[in-house]
Amino acid sequence: MSKYLSPRDMDLVLIVIVLLICGVGVLQIYSATLDTGFHSAWWKQIFYVAGGLVLMWGAVRIDYHSLMHSVPMMYIASVVMLLVTAVVGAQIFGSKRWIPLPGGIHLQVSEFVKLVVILLVARYLTDLKTDELEIWEMARLAALVVVPAALVLLQPDLGTALTYMAVLVTGAFLAGLRWKYVAMIAIVALVALPVGFHFLKDYQKARLVSFMDPDRDPQGSGYQLIQSQIAVGNGGMFGKGVTKGTQTQLRFLPVPHTDFIFSAFAEEHGFVGVVVVLSLYFVMIMRIVQNAQAAPDRAGMYICMGVAGLLLFHMLVNVGMVVGRMPVTGIPLPFMSAGGSSIWSNFLALGLVNNVRLRRFVN
Amino acid sequence: MILPPVDPNLETQLSDKTPLRDDTNFAASKIAVFQYAAVAIFLFLISGFWSLQVQNEKLYDARALANSIKSQPILAPRGRILDRDGRIIVDNHASFALFLARESLKEEHLPAIAKGLDLDLADLQAKVQRMRSQPKYYQLPIRQEVSPSDVAFIESHRDFFPELVLIQSQRRLYPQNGMLAHVIGYTGEISEAELDSPEYAKHEPGDIVGKFGIEQQYNEWLTGVDGARQVVVDNLGRVRQVVGGKTAVVKPSEPGKDIKLTIDLDLQAVAELAMDAPLDELHVTKKNGAVVALDPRTGEILAMVSRPTFDLNQFSHGISKTYWKEINDNLDHPLMNKAIQAQQPPGSTFKPFTALAALESGAVDDHFSVHCTGGIALYGVYQRCWEPKGHGTVALLSGMAKSCDVYFYTIGAKAGINNLAYYGDIAGFGHLTGVDLPHEKEGLMPSEKWKLRTQRQKWYAGETPSVAIGQGALIVTPLQLARATGGLSIGGVWHKPHLVKNIGKPDQPVTWPLNQQNVHEIIQGMQGVIEGGTGGRARLPGIAVCGKTGTAQLTSEQYAKSKGQKTSEDNAWFEAFAPCDAPEIVVVVLFERFPGHGQYAAPVARDVMKAYFDKKARLAALEEQKKSLQARWQRLPNLALPGILMGAPR
Repeated sequence: MSKYLSPRDMDLVLIVIVLLICGVGVLQIYSATLDTGFHSAWWKQIFYVAGGLVLMWGAVRIDYHSLMHSVPMMYIASVVMLLVTAVVGAQIFGSKRWIPLPGGIHLQVSEFVKLVVILLVARYLTDLKTDELEIWEMARLAALVVVPAALVLLQPDLGTALTYMAVLVTGAFLAGLRWKYVAMIAIVALVALPVGFHFLKDYQKARLVSFMDPDRDPQGSGYQLIQSQIAVGNGGMFGKGVTKGTQTQLRFLPVPHTDFIFSAFAEEHGFVGVVVVLSLYFVMIMRIVQNAQAAPDRAGMYICMGVAGLLLFHMLVNVGMVVGRMPVTGIPLPFMSAGGSSIWSNFLALGLVNNVRLRRFVN
Repeated sequence: MILPPVDPNLETQLSDKTPLRDDTNFAASKIAVFQYAAVAIFLFLISGFWSLQVQNEKLYDARALANSIKSQPILAPRGRILDRDGRIIVDNHASFALFLARESLKEEHLPAIAKGLDLDLADLQAKVQRMRSQPKYYQLPIRQEVSPSDVAFIESHRDFFPELVLIQSQRRLYPQNGMLAHVIGYTGEISEAELDSPEYAKHEPGDIVGKFGIEQQYNEWLTGVDGARQVVVDNLGRVRQVVGGKTAVVKPSEPGKDIKLTIDLDLQAVAELAMDAPLDELHVTKKNGAVVALDPRTGEILAMVSRPTFDLNQFSHGISKTYWKEINDNLDHPLMNKAIQAQQPPGSTFKPFTALAALESGAVDDHFSVHCTGGIALYGVYQRCWEPKGHGTVALLSGMAKSCDVYFYTIGAKAGINNLAYYGDIAGFGHLTGVDLPHEKEGLMPSEKWKLRTQRQKWYAGETPSVAIGQGALIVTPLQLARATGGLSIGGVWHKPHLVKNIGKPDQPVTWPLNQQNVHEIIQGMQGVIEGGTGGRARLPGIAVCGKTGTAQLTSEQYAKSKGQKTSEDNAWFEAFAPCDAPEIVVVVLFERFPGHGQYAAPVARDVMKAYFDKKARLAALEEQKKSLQARWQRLPNLALPGILMGAPR
């Protein structure tokens, strides 16, 4: 043991901000599930957050360099677990994302694979030690990430699969992409888009179409987008008050305690509340970026930036969906949406950031 | 297990080049780009909220309201039905019916629902199975009227069983034991065919409309105008609260208008009971048929009974299949209003009209007499009198009193079918009476023309004697007979029978200039029926009653014998009015397929008339008492009594 680790050396500002966000989340889950069968979700969420703190400390204890060392093993384990999910997974809302565990807990493997993807990207780019990625290096890394992403996409869970790509893009961007490669990738992507659209599931196509024109089918796939915008708009400047948001309480808003929790929050707390909480999220991401800047080595920097990129992508997609500026993809809002897998995976990511932070003066 | 903190290989690899601390510098500018991107993304998100929450708040407020505020109808209660004295016969009560919304139904909930509501699970599952082929939005009624404990169960499980839906309704409360069932009728959901007809133009699918009796006839009058209130509903359309408080309304409902019947509940009750009373003499426990009582001076129907009857409240609760089958398949036709729909040969109750035709046409005069030996040969056919021993010499009075068939065969034959038909027509036989009830039947008054038209055959004179004693092709309804008898009893003025007092204008009676001497002779004969003839059972102390019995054959005796029956089944009839000189009430009684003669029907008519005159006497006595009290009060010296004592005549 080269160094004594103390929790006091962790990024306490970051943790306090995250706990504030979690608190807002618990309150909003309480309000959104009032009088419903999900009302136990709010105290379960407290339990998940407490468990998340413990997991975070666990993730801090193991030096991230050792974690980097075992990336190949974790990567193989992830792919195996995703395959297991595909076989024994519990089907909820039409997709196989969860492994049922004894005690009624459903584990969402893809949430934890995010962390492995962050470590994978960090390990790969660290090993390259280059300031400008060659196209084949880029292709190899992309191929490595695409395997779990494809498995998740087949569940089907487009949102989570895209988060892996977000980590990849963040890493590749930091490692250095030549403009001509960016242009090439962009052209390939543009060509691939219509082809990709062809391979999307019907509900995913419908979501994309209704994102372009939500009023086309207001009772069908456009329903969630429209109801979310109505709920947000109904909140106005100061909101309707806790448990007073009509769209939330009368359940016009779909899943107001998970994917659309921020719509419920916006309805009940208004624009003012939204600015406050988005500011917290902004500071959270900036603190993580700061930790990346202070990282002692490339590995630490890539890990922190991977976490930052992941969380920023979550914000963009989830909150963008809430205001109708992103299609419905069904990914949770970090630290607010009810659900153990998401909370634990996010706290583990926070643990990685602190892991890097605590070792910034090593050597 | 703690892994070694640093991979030695990695360490050497990394230390090859520049120190680690500097190594991340290459990324500094790119991290800055990332930070700007983060700022841009957050601004992009916040601008989204700005546009929705600040710039377009009103728009989304309105859309939120449109989502959750819905207009809900307040069902207007149907008008009540009252008797002639204003006593309530049909009332409403507010109730809730329970439905299963099949769109949100989960079959695994059924056992818990059945347990909570004390329903038979197998039955409930069978119902759900049966509905399977129907569109999903059809709701399955599972309880027509919920109890407070049901409501408690439903309310407390609203989130677990969203398929349970309570629907408020105004339920009809009908008299018990089938009293007045055929007059009142029942209501039901409007049918496809009704929706297409112009009468029901203002109705919508799902509306409740009258289906039978007064409920159908006066449906528009009884139907109110539904009001509206605003309610807050959730995404499944379930009402969470009423805007502006529980009692707030946007548009109040207008209840339907009440109907005042001409029926007198006192007489009706007596008639119903008399119809239900067993006849020990003949070992008869159940009588099918009808009773009609009306006021010949106005046409107001005072009582109308039909047997067998049925329970209207079963209809009001949403009739069960078994009960519907039971009454619909019953060979005694409980759903038929015998008073206006039973078309039966009137038998001897037609004899007064035969006499009228014979006298008015001048075929015979009132001194005409015949000798009855138990039968007579007319036009080559030997016609039997009901009394095989014969009645000896009979004229109008004795012929009527003894109901001598030979006398009426003879005068009928003398008058001829054309005169019988002509005067029968005037009395209303073969025509709808125009009573304000649906589905009335018109009977049949045979004539030369009728036979030619329907059978392409000439009338044979030999058929006339049968018609003269109310047989042959002649068929009438009890109401027709009551109307005809009433009009005859008051000297030739036939009022339209009706059941409702407060709607419409008084009708124009059919008046015929009868020779009042002839009418008087017939009435004398009918009085003889009661005082010394076949209708003695209808005698009332102190009141002069006129009447006529009738026993109409349904099957010929030869036919009955060939079938091995002991006696053919007959219809027993009785018609009566009182007082004879100034009639106020006419009663017609019909026992269908009854093992006895018309005399057995007479007590029912007597009971109804007795109830009428008893009530009249009681009211007169009350009036007398009131008058004498008033007179005494006025005779008192004009004392300066304190106000509090003024209202109390000592």
